[in-house]
Amino acid sequence: MTDQPQAPRTAPIQSATFSNPVNAEIRRAAATGIYDIRGGGAKRKVPHFDDLLFLGASMSRYPLEGYREKCETSVTLGTRFAKNPIQLDIPVTIAGMSFGALSGPAKEALGRGATLAGTSTTTGDGGMTPEERGHSNKLVYQYLPSRYGMNPDDLRRADAIEIVVGQGAKPGGGGMLLGQKISDRVAEMRNLPKGIDQRSACRHPDWTGPDDLEIKILELREITGWKVPIYIKVGGARPYFDTTLAVKAGADVVVLDGMQGGTAATQDVFIEHVGQPILACIREAVRALEDLGMHREVQLIVSGGIRHGADVAKCMALGADAVAIGTAALIALGDNDPKYEAEYNALGTTAGAYDDWHEGRDPAGITTQDPDLMARLDPIEGGRRLNNYLKVMTLEAQTIARACGKNHLHNLEPEDLCALTMEAAAMAKIPLAGTDWYPGKPGTGY
Amino acid sequence: MQTFDLEAQGLRALNSTLHAQAETTNQTAWEIVNPKGAHAIAVGLDAPIEVNVKGSTGYYCGGMNKQATVHVHGSVGPGVAENMISGTVLIEGDASQYAGATGNGGTLIIKGNASSRCGISMKGIDIIVHGNIGHMSAFMAQSGNLVVCGDAGEALGDSLYEARLFVRGSVKSLGADCVEKEMRPEHLTILEELLERGGCDAKASEFKRYGSARQLYHFNIDNAY
Repeated sequence: MTDQPQAPRTAPIQSATFSNPVNAEIRRAAATGIYDIRGGGAKRKVPHFDDLLFLGASMSRYPLEGYREKCETSVTLGTRFAKNPIQLDIPVTIAGMSFGALSGPAKEALGRGATLAGTSTTTGDGGMTPEERGHSNKLVYQYLPSRYGMNPDDLRRADAIEIVVGQGAKPGGGGMLLGQKISDRVAEMRNLPKGIDQRSACRHPDWTGPDDLEIKILELREITGWKVPIYIKVGGARPYFDTTLAVKAGADVVVLDGMQGGTAATQDVFIEHVGQPILACIREAVRALEDLGMHREVQLIVSGGIRHGADVAKCMALGADAVAIGTAALIALGDNDPKYEAEYNALGTTAGAYDDWHEGRDPAGITTQDPDLMARLDPIEGGRRLNNYLKVMTLEAQTIARACGKNHLHNLEPEDLCALTMEAAAMAKIPLAGTDWYPGKPGTGY
Repeated sequence: MQTFDLEAQGLRALNSTLHAQAETTNQTAWEIVNPKGAHAIAVGLDAPIEVNVKGSTGYYCGGMNKQATVHVHGSVGPGVAENMISGTVLIEGDASQYAGATGNGGTLIIKGNASSRCGISMKGIDIIVHGNIGHMSAFMAQSGNLVVCGDAGEALGDSLYEARLFVRGSVKSLGADCVEKEMRPEHLTILEELLERGGCDAKASEFKRYGSARQLYHFNIDNAY
């Protein structure tokens, strides 16, 4: 008896469409009947600042000496109407994150770090805490649809007011703070029963559209004596029109948040499928400001996936006045630190991937209201780490700016950049590397 | 009595003058003439003064009020007494949308009717309406009392938290998670005090009480659309 030769068989091929992670999510949905809620921003790969490069100096460009020659980093925000614009030493600000989503010590650490670095931090959807105000030299007070904790005394204590129309992780969406994080203190600040899930509305309760918003801004200015700048924050949806309407409504500053920007808790499908990458938004917002003759008159802050000084410099070169960081600031404090790997494993995840911030079981003690976990974050040490990180980002941005011959970060310009991909070239309106062309360039016919 | 001509002196001068009144001011009585529908009249006040507005106003009259009494001898635009903390805002005429929105405390009395979204997201304010209220009133209302001597429009109390709603007339429809509740003696006591405070001649026994069924308090897939 002889063995029959086996016929050649097709090798197993995993579907690119129905990949293992996709199939796992289908099985999870089928088992639980509930969509996935998580924190953070878009995790999918999208065109980003990595797809841009600086050209640096050459025969036709004159660099500045890297350690000796001055490269300014200061920025003034709110010069249009406010009596007291905000002066920052560096153009990197801390984005709005709520007390409730974050612990009290985490908010304090953000305030401490921002103050040491000479920049501002921002409240969130839970009101202003005394420790945050006390440790923040420059504090931006968010004015949100929920109005949790909103009161005129805190409004007057703020250095600026940020009216939140949308955020990059969920343009058009509201928020949810699950009951696990509603401690006595959080419940009291929000005027709701302890332990229940709290919804934050997706639109403001007392105005609809930019015409109403103009009147709302008048009211806020009257209450605060026209002293502090008023920002309008929008998600990366329709940046040209959103910026135009924000300026029309009377904003001193426009804050534009791309889809990589984080949230405390939102449906994964929302985070990954609604909104645009920040790379695609900046030039359109700048175009709107230029068309109105308001570029640099109304300042532009951009956010969503900013990680280091090169990202900061690229944002400035594309026309932004400053950037805001959220996720990166939390990582600087210790979020997703591998030293907690065993605890992340116990939660069914791994360091770097932990995003169930809404559950309040954060091993790093940042996105929690659990007293034992909260105690793991020392706000003084957290502030020191954040300050260090902000300093490094600034030094990195200065290094690049000097190499481009610029004595202020604001002097960086699109001409300093090239794009590595067609997508990035089209979105950022920056020539593809090795060419003088980008898709859609006026006068090129295509 | 201090008289302020809004048309002649302007909004900024009005609000800055009223803001300058200290807790112990002797100038406790103010009259504003020629309001002519202007927005943001008497916003952000924080002193025990009485401001009489002789005419109708635009948006956000009495917004974020603390301590003061703002008495409008006319009708008001959207967002009257929005986010009020304390004090009283009294409207002789009708109120447009969002009356008393997100109010944390104090009393808002509307002698006429209130339009849609009256008491939206209210957080402790007491709102007393002599007439009717429009649709989606008390949407996501968290706490406080809404008293309606007339009728209520569609979707009353949608996604309600712990606010109490008292309606004497008809309710066109109730919003999600809003139900009629038993009027117990303690509620009658509360309502009688509110009716007296609001200058209403209605009897507490004529009202029905509505509140949250508390079925939306915890995230449940059956509540998602």
